[in-house]
Amino acid sequence: MFTRIMVPVDLTHVDRLAKALNVAGDLAAHYGAQLVYVGVTAATPSAIAHTPEEYGERLADFAKAQGLAAGVTAGAHPVITHDPAVDLDPALVKAVAETGADLVVMASHIPGIADHFWPSNGGTIAARAKVSVMVVR
Amino acid sequence: MSDAAENDTADQGIPAPEGASEIIETDYEIGQDNFEAQIGPFGLDVHNPVFGISGVVVVAFVFYTLALPEQAGSIFSWLFSFATKTFDWFFLGAANIFVIFCLVLIVSPLGSVRLGGAEASPDYGYAGWFAMLFAAGMGIGLMFFGVLEPVYHMAVSAPLGVPSPFDADGNLIPENVEAAKAMGLAATIFHWGLHPWAIYAVMALALALFSYNKGLPLTVRSAFYPLLGERVWGWWGHIIDILAVFATLFGLATSLGFGAQQVNAGLNHVFGMPINSTMQVVIITFITAIALVSVVRGLDGGVKVLSEINMVLAAALLVFVLLVGPTLLIFQDFLGGLWAYIVDLVPLSNPIGREDTDFVQGWTSFYWAWWISWSPFVGMFIARVSRGRTVREFITCVLIIPSLVCVLWMAVFGGVAIDQVLSDPAGSLVKANVIDSYNPPLSLFAMLEALPMSSITSVLAVVLVIVFFVTSSDSGSLVIDTITAGGKVDAPVPQRVFWACFEGAVAIVLLLSAGGLSSLQSMVISTGLPFTLVLLVMCVAIWRGLQAERRL
Repeated sequence: MFTRIMVPVDLTHVDRLAKALNVAGDLAAHYGAQLVYVGVTAATPSAIAHTPEEYGERLADFAKAQGLAAGVTAGAHPVITHDPAVDLDPALVKAVAETGADLVVMASHIPGIADHFWPSNGGTIAARAKVSVMVVR
Repeated sequence: MSDAAENDTADQGIPAPEGASEIIETDYEIGQDNFEAQIGPFGLDVHNPVFGISGVVVVAFVFYTLALPEQAGSIFSWLFSFATKTFDWFFLGAANIFVIFCLVLIVSPLGSVRLGGAEASPDYGYAGWFAMLFAAGMGIGLMFFGVLEPVYHMAVSAPLGVPSPFDADGNLIPENVEAAKAMGLAATIFHWGLHPWAIYAVMALALALFSYNKGLPLTVRSAFYPLLGERVWGWWGHIIDILAVFATLFGLATSLGFGAQQVNAGLNHVFGMPINSTMQVVIITFITAIALVSVVRGLDGGVKVLSEINMVLAAALLVFVLLVGPTLLIFQDFLGGLWAYIVDLVPLSNPIGREDTDFVQGWTSFYWAWWISWSPFVGMFIARVSRGRTVREFITCVLIIPSLVCVLWMAVFGGVAIDQVLSDPAGSLVKANVIDSYNPPLSLFAMLEALPMSSITSVLAVVLVIVFFVTSSDSGSLVIDTITAGGKVDAPVPQRVFWACFEGAVAIVLLLSAGGLSSLQSMVISTGLPFTLVLLVMCVAIWRGLQAERRL
């Protein structure tokens, strides 16, 4: 059914992603699919890493650990943008094509009134990506 | 230490292997002092206490100035004359140090250090990079002062005691003309040339070096790590960052005030709309609203696009004035002004024992304070778009090329205006609005009026001021938000919206206060003063940081 599952992750808030990560791992094991973890960051230092390549290493480590836990092969796909707060959605949509994923599994918050002004990432990706998107709340 | 990219990251979207750089190891984690909350529908991720203190003070400032405009106005004017009269030598001396520091860095071996690690590659091409440097650096100022300053310095302010070409009754004194004309341009170029860009370069270099090479958060305090050590994460750092926020906010508000007045004058000139404070409040509100759209679109979708539009429009206006004006004379002015600038650079920048105190205190001190106070803004902006360039390339490009463009701009706009004033003193609108009665916002339109197709060029000029205005407001919000979020560049967008709104609000209340534009100028001077000290110390920190980088 699916061969490659893309999982957008925010390494600063891994605790909030537990449910989506589990779902992605189970699906990957079920369909025998590969997991690709996508992280978006800026070139400036962040809480996760001092430099872009350090961020890449962190994401690769994270992917390796997740893959071991789920028992499937997992890779990392770091994306560097100039303005992550704004570029996040387009960067993720682009990453779907770059990774060749056929399913996106991502966590999202419960929609509220503010989503009419600032739509949620999950909602936007589901609207724009050409592949199936599973939004885990 | 991350001295080489691993094989497994090479094909995963990372720009390139970045090579050796000296990461400063610290226990501080970016965002550890941050306060995250959900207020109503809006997320918040800000530095505690930098955001709180600067936010509260700015809001209190706005209400105080609105409630007691008379009292606030008199405090502002006292501050202005106190700071410029007492500390003029300090501003002039400090600015000279920044220029010398930059020139030394170009020729020293430290110039070969690359920002972002030894093998980092630039994110932006030269054209986009320069467009952003200019739009952020001095856009509105070039429009506001391009005609005003050369004419004013030639005829009224008498820099270095060079006499005016007009006598008290407005008659031309032929033997004074040549010297006054050259001095008018030279003094203007002095204010827009090497000195301001050296101030920006110091700030930008500090931010880029300590963030991209040392891995510290993208805030002003990080530059002080070599001197203060872990203490930069405490109150020392809080004070530095809060000063940076105030300096940026008031520096920006001054530009916005100039912009609003000029747009108002332009609309009056073209469409006959009234000139009053209500109009200016409407203009600032309207333009802030446009800026919000750009803020929400982010760095690449907002500021970058706007600054490229700016460059095309500004270049069109420049070429037009150059071609329809006395072209040959303008080129002579360009070279003559540049030569006079080189000859008079040392006497003009001399900080002590000056006879021409009106010029030094009223103009040079104000300018240096203005550039210094918005150096965090331009500096952080330059830093964010300059990753991957060497220090030598960086300083050459930030110092020399923008200076030359400013010389050209001033030679064209100022040269044409001076020519109009001198060739037809009685009929010149520029003379009427600059020399006879002092009406700064109108000076540009007065010059365009004497050229063909003035109704088109005046509209173009109004549009250009508006777009510059939007760019400044947008990129300013981006910068203040980054500082108040403790160096995070991915904080929630509503925070930028908050700052964009309050920049507009500060500009409005200062314009409405009794002193009007001079209130803005006095706030700039007062916030520039402590920040000059910050910048001076920063030079030492940069030197040490670069040396550590070279040893690798």
